[in-house]
Amino acid sequence: MRALRLGGQGVVYLLFAVALGYLSDSPAYTYFPADRAQIKLSFSYGARPSDCRRLSAEEIAKQPPNMRKAESCSRRRQPIFVELSLDGEVLHRAWHEPTGVSGDGPARLYRRFETSPGSHTLVVAMRDSGRAEGFNHRREALIELKPRQNFVIDFRAEAGGFVFR
Amino acid sequence: MRLLQRALRTGFSSLEAALDVPFGAAWNPLHNLGALGFFYYWIVAVSGIYLYVGFDTGVTRVYGSIEYMTHAQWYLGGVMRSLHRYASDAMVVMMLLHVVREFAMDRLSGPRWFTWLTGVPLLWLVYASGISGYWLVWDELAQYVALATTEWLDWLPIFGEPIARNFLAPTSLDDRFFTLLIFLHIAVPLILLFVLWVHLQRVARPKINPPRGLAIGTLLMMLALSLYKPAMSHAPADLASVPGILRLDWFYLGFYTLFDLWSFGTAWTVAALATAALMVLPWIVRRRHSLAHVNLDHCNGCERCVADCPYNAIAMVERSDGAPFDREAKVDPDLCVGCGICVGACPTSIAFRSRPELPTGIDLHEPALGQLRDWMRSACAALPRRPRVLVIGCSMGAEAQTLSAPDVAVMSLPCVGMLPPSFIDYALSRDLAEGVLLTGCKSEACHHRFGIRWTEDRLAGRRDPYLRSRVPRQRLRTFWAGRGGERRLGRAIADFAAALSALEPPPRAPRREIAAREPEAR
Repeated sequence: MRALRLGGQGVVYLLFAVALGYLSDSPAYTYFPADRAQIKLSFSYGARPSDCRRLSAEEIAKQPPNMRKAESCSRRRQPIFVELSLDGEVLHRAWHEPTGVSGDGPARLYRRFETSPGSHTLVVAMRDSGRAEGFNHRREALIELKPRQNFVIDFRAEAGGFVFR
Repeated sequence: MRLLQRALRTGFSSLEAALDVPFGAAWNPLHNLGALGFFYYWIVAVSGIYLYVGFDTGVTRVYGSIEYMTHAQWYLGGVMRSLHRYASDAMVVMMLLHVVREFAMDRLSGPRWFTWLTGVPLLWLVYASGISGYWLVWDELAQYVALATTEWLDWLPIFGEPIARNFLAPTSLDDRFFTLLIFLHIAVPLILLFVLWVHLQRVARPKINPPRGLAIGTLLMMLALSLYKPAMSHAPADLASVPGILRLDWFYLGFYTLFDLWSFGTAWTVAALATAALMVLPWIVRRRHSLAHVNLDHCNGCERCVADCPYNAIAMVERSDGAPFDREAKVDPDLCVGCGICVGACPTSIAFRSRPELPTGIDLHEPALGQLRDWMRSACAALPRRPRVLVIGCSMGAEAQTLSAPDVAVMSLPCVGMLPPSFIDYALSRDLAEGVLLTGCKSEACHHRFGIRWTEDRLAGRRDPYLRSRVPRQRLRTFWAGRGGERRLGRAIADFAAALSALEPPPRAPRREIAAREPEAR
């Protein structure tokens, strides 16, 4: 009887172990297909406010000596307009508002696009000033994507514009 | 909701009955879910300390350090890693089963709201602990978990810059990242332990350790699994590529696959609504129940009700009525669930009193002790056939009422622990029945946790108030059937009736003699 009970316990432990062992890494989950590639467009960028004006010498002189600025701007930053196209097809085209209650934070963008591996003509452009048309920053490139490659488009003003990684 | 609870309770009762066969009631894993969860926590903690010693937080060395422990040191580091993973997974299983079972058994409403409510953040903390652990391996799975988690978190408008940008490209990460991560992976489980402590604050005598045999069995099972199928890493993380096919740990990461089906906003909404629903559940399934109240005229401050209350709802306070006792019992209505176990514990709860209202030191408003005696008398008096069996059950166990018959009277209490042993003596010595059968929840699965244990201890003379030695034990049986065990209970009653038929008629004590021996409260 004791042997039967121990055997029964063994069966329960075995079933639990099988469930644990199996579900801890199975079934396999395909997150990203092997025959696709990814383009990630992401940046966090604060455009300059649009209504800046140069201060006169008198106005600058009135400021505390350690806090003198040559320009006076509102707090709110410019929204930015971003357009990304691949082989002539527009993947992303949108305005991005600055973050923060007063709109003084950077505009944020984080988008993923799935595409096929191989050669592609990529164009990314941004408008970060008050202009109605055209772009302040633009970069075009012929890129070669490998399967499952993660191609990153970042924007770094200090690096002169769009950065491909 | 009640129907769902009922269906789940029946399911659990069947499963528990099946597991009782090999394990017995005391070792039944379903009776030890919380304790097993704690046990797995300690396995995770001990194995985690070992892994921490060998873990290198350098961004380029972290993967190698884990691979070294997994392969070169498979006999110790590898086993520890596997134990760490499998015990974490088992902890999730125990936790989820524990939640569902406590809901099924209706152990969430009334004063139990506190324990239920403090259990809800534990769900999040367990998942946060486990998921942060998967980042530390820094393989393709870790990369996926890092990206999915941060992208999900970024949906909340609380971060100045998307935190997923930390994983844009291979150069985005530095060594400090894993230092921060290991800190989180240690801090969150410590917070979890603290919340567990809070979770148990209103639980009297919490069972935090499983029986030794069950602990050894499950540990051996974990060790065997760790040796047979060691936990392995994926290929090293590479932020320049996208993880493809992943061997997910479905216990922790199953929810993440929903990100493919839903937007992050929907996933947050579902998670928030599920959490909120769990939090308000105690008030949705709320039941009205009677409260215990102290009759100072009959309370001698013996403290037995305090010792037996499973909810810490009774405290001893300074005497307020000038009676010659140091202290008196006081019931906290916010903690009392009306189980009546205190009534069964009170030495003044004696069925033999001649007064109709049957005063006692502590009683429920509904059903009061006097009502119980009246029910017992009237139910037994209506039995036309002998041998008469008086079945005393509880409202949470087997539905004994369905088994009433011309020779079976059934009385239901809030908990079988409410029954003062003198009632059994009374039923047999006053010729109300030829036998008394006590039933209720399953053994080791008492709804009020200690009703069965205290009852068995009182019958066996291990706990006050004792069942008097003159009560013929062959006329008394216990059968802890549990919900869904009505058929087995019916068979037990029939067996008992057959056994009673074979017995000589019991000697009846003269009524006056018994009355003369009635103990007094003071």
